[in-house]
Amino acid sequence: MAYSEQEIQAGLAEIVSEETGLPTDSVLPEKSFTDDLDIDSLSMMTIVTLAEEKFSVRIPDDEVKNLTTVGDAVSYISGAQSA
Amino acid sequence: MSTAPDVVITGLGATTPLGGDVPSTWEAALAGRSGIRTLDNDWAETYGIPVSFAGSVAVPASEVLSRPETKRMDPSAQYALIAARQAWADAGSPEVDGERLGAVVASGIGGIWTMLDGWDTVREKGARRVLPMTVPMLMPNSPAANVSIEFGARAGVHAPVSACASGAEAIAYGVQMIRSGRADVVIAGGTEAAVHPMPISAFAAMKALSTRNDDPAGASRPYDVTRDGFVLSEGSGVVVLESADHARARGARVYGRVAGLGMSGDAHHIAAPEPTGVGQTAAMQRAMADADVSARDVVHINAHATSTSVGDLIEVRGIRAVLGGDADHVRLSATKSMTGHLLGAAGALETIFSVLALRDRTAPPTINVTQPDPELDLDLVRDTARELPQGQLAAINNSFGFGGHNVALVVTNV
Repeated sequence: MAYSEQEIQAGLAEIVSEETGLPTDSVLPEKSFTDDLDIDSLSMMTIVTLAEEKFSVRIPDDEVKNLTTVGDAVSYISGAQSA
Repeated sequence: MSTAPDVVITGLGATTPLGGDVPSTWEAALAGRSGIRTLDNDWAETYGIPVSFAGSVAVPASEVLSRPETKRMDPSAQYALIAARQAWADAGSPEVDGERLGAVVASGIGGIWTMLDGWDTVREKGARRVLPMTVPMLMPNSPAANVSIEFGARAGVHAPVSACASGAEAIAYGVQMIRSGRADVVIAGGTEAAVHPMPISAFAAMKALSTRNDDPAGASRPYDVTRDGFVLSEGSGVVVLESADHARARGARVYGRVAGLGMSGDAHHIAAPEPTGVGQTAAMQRAMADADVSARDVVHINAHATSTSVGDLIEVRGIRAVLGGDADHVRLSATKSMTGHLLGAAGALETIFSVLALRDRTAPPTINVTQPDPELDLDLVRDTARELPQGQLAAINNSFGFGGHNVALVVTNV
């Protein structure tokens, strides 16, 4: 069963919050992982690994650099699960 | 003539089976309380482990650290960071140039929870599920690195690994950093988090652990004739070392002085202590010579004494060999009777105990000794804490590790 974008947004916010300590309600779709949320590359890889498991998708390493904002990641995951 | 700086201790921090900080740990130790409990899990039954108890930290790290901190550090680094923050605050958060601040934090075993969890993930879910933080979390220098990052320690970051002597060796290394002029302040100590079914099974396979499952609090009984092995514990002890000049200049409160350090190698066996104790004796002699104290000055020894049948007595004979008749004036304490054996943190925690014993002029008790070994010919402080004399005092803290690592530290009061 596919997750809705709202469910992905909420689940991703939880993962980011666990990794960074930021409150989930600050992990908004328009936020940039690096510029707004101060997430380094190792943390980003951790978030990707946890998101792949949580949403049963594959996010290729080449794709990660295109995921600038939280919204980018939500869209990618949403598309990847229906692929 | 020596121009090396005197090294003093200005801050203490710990998280142990007796308490979540130094004051609660020291209070419990003076009161003769045990930190050893039956484990709140089914490991013994599930895996057929012959030992069902250990010394877990009294205050879980999750109650002290943030959620990201507990996710990004192995428990061994978590405990070190908790103890280091306490020690730093206790020292009055000294203002020191990062280039003159060192961090030396040792572990005997390293990030074993992370390592084994990572392997479980590979086997159960495949390589792609292994978290990218796995290596930075499992490496044995991770506690030292995390402490160095937290406090901006750029004079050097080190993690000596010498099994159960690691914590004492870290303090010795820190002292040497200050003496050699590399640093003015060093955050130094040891940490361990190996209360996990695999190491318990492995230590049990060596017959190193007590199997007194029906009496966990009575299981660690150094020098008792019925002792049957050590009790595995976890936690961390960290001190702030400082050159005496630096401490004086900022008006710091000084707990005591690390006056001497002595190290030796047994070069004998990978796990058994050398039976004549020649290596242990050499370490104590070197520490006393380094501190320029005589046998008469030594009033207290915090023994390594892990509650094993062979090890406890080798140390006793070594103390007698080093101090001769003056050994009669020594109040001997085996605090592992209460804390269990914190492995790579033990030497650091017991240095803290030694310094506090001199400050308070009180030797902590050794509990659980109902029938002292007839070969014990030293004045063991049993059951209740005992007063130490007035005046200038010296104490020795011994730490010995698998592999033949012998470290003795001499501390004095101020």
